[in-house]
Amino acid sequence: MIIPAISAVLIALGLLFFIGGAVGILRFPDFYTRMHAAGKGDTMSMFAICLGLAVYQLQDPTPAHILVAMKILLIALFIMMTSPTSTHALIKAGFIEGLKMWRRKDRKEKS
Amino acid sequence: MYPIAIFLLLFGIWIIFSGQFDPFHLAMGLVSALFVTLISSSFLFLDRDRSAGQRLGEMIRIPGYLAWILYKIFQANLHILKLALTPGDLKGVEPSMVKVKTNLKTDFGRYVLANSITLTPGTITVLMEGDELLVHSISEETDAGLRDGTMEQRIAEVFERGKE
Repeated sequence: MIIPAISAVLIALGLLFFIGGAVGILRFPDFYTRMHAAGKGDTMSMFAICLGLAVYQLQDPTPAHILVAMKILLIALFIMMTSPTSTHALIKAGFIEGLKMWRRKDRKEKS
Repeated sequence: MYPIAIFLLLFGIWIIFSGQFDPFHLAMGLVSALFVTLISSSFLFLDRDRSAGQRLGEMIRIPGYLAWILYKIFQANLHILKLALTPGDLKGVEPSMVKVKTNLKTDFGRYVLANSITLTPGTITVLMEGDELLVHSISEETDAGLRDGTMEQRIAEVFERGKE
């Protein structure tokens, strides 16, 4: 009874962060800020959803289900390693190409 | 010593992924793990002059760091969510490029720092030259979190203890 509730909360949390990422991609002003929403909101939401699914598997903890839960966690771990790397590769490519950064007009420059 | 550890690691991953425990599948896993160990065991764990005790200490401290970074990622995600969903003129979005100097000595420590910065929403590592990181930060708040250096201290504690 309590396990499905935990996994539902985790999956809902993941979906909420996905919404944040999607809205961020549409609304943020330039390439760099959009990468913030695209690259990382997804990592967290993916992790929360995977965790939710793994927890759901554990409500009937037979060896087969534990195995599935471990596979899901491994997938989450791999994405947590590859996702920041690809985000970095994209943003570095943009930086080298010389994409202009959006700045607030009235912003005072700090040293 | 290292090839054996790598072999056991690969075989363990095979067992998790295959989920079959009959002799045929175990034998296949044994053969392929052995083959991969033979041709590429020198690519893993490059820094081999560290003692087993140091490695073990690292293993024990890594979960603590993971838990902390997950909490940080969660916090920062809420921040991005707030920025994205605030109606109006994108208040709070003030991007800037920040140069961060790091004191981490090992390549792996720096790799972890760069990836952790990228994983925490609001900051992305753009370039890394020597001991200087160029980081794009989305708002004043993430900018401040970058400058206070807690992340670097934590990484130094986990991966570089007894190295100074």
